[in-house]
Amino acid sequence: MSSTPPVLEISGLNVNYGLGEKAVHAVRDINLTLHRGEVLGLAGESGSGKSTLAYAVTRLLSPPGVITGGEVRYHPRQGTDIDILSLDSEQLRAFRWSEISLVFQGAMNSLNPVHTVRSQLTDVLKAHRPDMTSAQRQKRAASLLSLVGISADRLASYPHQLSGGMRQRVMIAMALALDPEIVILDEPTTALDVVMQRQILKQLSRLRRELDFSVVFITHDISLLIEFSDRIAIMYGGRIVEEAAAKEIYQTAHHPYSHGLLHSFPALHGPRRELTGIPGSPPDLTAMPPGCAFHPRCPKAFEPCDQRVPALEPVPGDGSRTVACWLHADH
Amino acid sequence: MAKTPDPPGTATNSPPSEGEVVLEARAISKHFAVRRTLRNFADRNRPVVHAVDDVSLKLRRGSVTAVVGESGSGKSTIARLLAQLYPTSGGQLLLHGKPTKVGQGRAFRAYCRQVQLIFQDPFGSLNPTHTVRYHLTRALRIHNRAGRTAKDLEQALAQLLERVHLTPPERYLDSFPHELSGGQRQRVAIARAMAADPSVLLADEPVSMLDVSIRLGILNLLRDLKERLNLAILYITHDIASARYFADETLVMYAGRMVEGGDSETVTQRPAHPYTQLLTSSAPDPDRIVADHSAATTVDPAGGEVVVEEEESETAGEPPSLISPPSGCRFHPRCPKAMERCRTQVPPRFDLADGQWAACWLYAEDAPERPAPQEASA
Ligand SMILES: Nc1ncnc2c1ncn2[C@@H]1O[C@H](COP(=O)(O)OP(=O)(O)OP(=O)(O)O)[C@@H](O)[C@H]1O
Ligand SMILES: Nc1ncnc2c1ncn2[C@@H]1O[C@H](COP(=O)(O)OP(=O)(O)O)[C@@H](O)[C@H]1O
Ligand code: SF4
Ligand code: SF4
Ligand SMILES: [Mg+2]
Ligand SMILES: [Mg+2]
Repeated sequence: MSSTPPVLEISGLNVNYGLGEKAVHAVRDINLTLHRGEVLGLAGESGSGKSTLAYAVTRLLSPPGVITGGEVRYHPRQGTDIDILSLDSEQLRAFRWSEISLVFQGAMNSLNPVHTVRSQLTDVLKAHRPDMTSAQRQKRAASLLSLVGISADRLASYPHQLSGGMRQRVMIAMALALDPEIVILDEPTTALDVVMQRQILKQLSRLRRELDFSVVFITHDISLLIEFSDRIAIMYGGRIVEEAAAKEIYQTAHHPYSHGLLHSFPALHGPRRELTGIPGSPPDLTAMPPGCAFHPRCPKAFEPCDQRVPALEPVPGDGSRTVACWLHADH
Repeated sequence: MAKTPDPPGTATNSPPSEGEVVLEARAISKHFAVRRTLRNFADRNRPVVHAVDDVSLKLRRGSVTAVVGESGSGKSTIARLLAQLYPTSGGQLLLHGKPTKVGQGRAFRAYCRQVQLIFQDPFGSLNPTHTVRYHLTRALRIHNRAGRTAKDLEQALAQLLERVHLTPPERYLDSFPHELSGGQRQRVAIARAMAADPSVLLADEPVSMLDVSIRLGILNLLRDLKERLNLAILYITHDIASARYFADETLVMYAGRMVEGGDSETVTQRPAHPYTQLLTSSAPDPDRIVADHSAATTVDPAGGEVVVEEEESETAGEPPSLISPPSGCRFHPRCPKAMERCRTQVPPRFDLADGQWAACWLYAEDAPERPAPQEASA
């Protein structure tokens, strides 16, 4: 998968909440590349910065959030690269939804309760495709719904008349309305049960193949990520601590935190595995431990760990994956 | 990925049907009246939500019983019925073998001393304006367990916090809820329940709002309490994999009815009821992907299993309305194996081997071919 060209390149991205002394450093020095047509999974405990990263990349961060550094480049199929962080608001309006769209965490509760599904879908089209006729918009709205497996007669429904799973699929339909190249899904199925969750993710995998877009899939459920993504990046305390093919992370997690995450979930299938979990609790971003932020909880911490921050670097002997841990540093 | 046969995190669960029955529900139901609307105002038979129908279960000393099911299947309602927070619409509750029906006041308090409930939301269940000390002292006083002197109280408080592994107690006693992490708050909520020295703990999704990395610690704590204090625990969850690891017995609910039960390993690895089979085949399974990395295509591991195919029908994953639930077996509109009688007759429990049972006509004595429960899809 990583052989396809990049569609989104994030480099040196930093995001704070608040200014000056009290600033919370929520995203730190993130370098991450999304390739065309792939599903990139983003995992980590709550508060690790996953949603903040998604908001920053789509420029949807609202105050007190501020991007304090870095670059996000979008490579369209044709034409020149776009530096997302320097778009002005007019350019952003044209860019968002049609090139990148985001399905928010808890989005299914963000549908407007007083408008029908039809009017919410056609509103998006009206705003971005002013040259479409009303009849064309109606037709597009119906086909979007059927894309996500909801029959067109539900266009007249109000959100409260739909189940949680259906509302979530309406949000996905809306994200696909303008044929974007990148869809970012923030915990899209966390509130749903496993049967519904699998149904939605399968539909999404199929759509991705048919419509050929790339996906950033954010969730704390790492077993779900392994099943539905090509590559996985693991976040801890605002940084990416490991990145590799989904299968490889599952087979051999190099970072002790990734290992802990994988051994926190009871598995339904296969032999019963030992669950070790992760001792301690997630770090307080206002008082980050020095050195490797994971060191107070790390069973393998040793001498350099509380002194210096390990950089995210290729694993010695396996250039296809990276890890930020002194155990795997090449010196 | 060490395969230790019997590691501490996964200690073998004790078999069900041992241990004294502490709390028993016999065919309990709960119907909620639907609000009067213009449309049903004149209707004489006011519609009701059939939240729970004909549910029987036994909670045993030193044993964890899991209830799993999708959202809206009636799990929390069962917990509230067992805690007697609602009156039942039918059926009977027995505590230590004696029928109980408590209203308010003294009888209710005596019941609560034995049967304690903890909730999903550790944020909402503690009052933000009061310290841990206040919450626990109040609980001890209500149940007359605060002792007579200040020293007794101090000792009881310390003991409670130690039980839930919040040590040293001094560090937590004077904290406010917002100063604690989600996991610590849930430990305080558990400590408060333990203040009554109950014999039954009803835990409604005790970890689903907590961070992945701290869930395991809370579940291990519950298991530890079960073992040390010989508690009977009801563990409500929508995560069937966690039931496999933490519960001795697992019961599966669908649309307000119990559809399958048995020891957890059997129910999760050889599910008999088509709904349980749908549930287990929907759970993420990294091994299946890693073994066969044609990721995007559907894999049918056991042949003939109810694998969730690329469902295009909008109702495929929808649970039924509980106001007018399907007649007969409530799963029949979604069941790939539904037969004629499934549409009209409610299936009773049919006993299978090793204490497993399923409420499904496939297992009737006179069924054309009684299938064996599904083999694990590993
Ligand atoms: N007080 C009430 N009045 C009317 N209906 C109710 C009431 N409480 C619950 N219900 C209904 O009863 C059914 C079962 O609800 P319950 O809360 O027990 O589900 P649950 O299995 O705990 O779901 P979840 O996994 O979402 O917590 C639902 O259809 C719900 O809407
Ligand atoms: N509006 C905000 N103001 C201040 N801090 C915030 C805000 N939103 C998020 N944060 C903080 O930023 C960190 C990362 O949050 P988030 O990106 O939501 O994490 P995740 O999505 O991984 O759970 C957390 O510590 C969170 O408390
Ligand atoms: S750098 Fe040190 S503390 Fe951090 S994960 Fe690696 S071994 Fe553990
Ligand atoms: S009783 Fe009939 S409809 Fe219900 S689960 Fe069994 S086979 Fe399916
Ligand atoms: Mg988030
Ligand atoms: Mg509930």
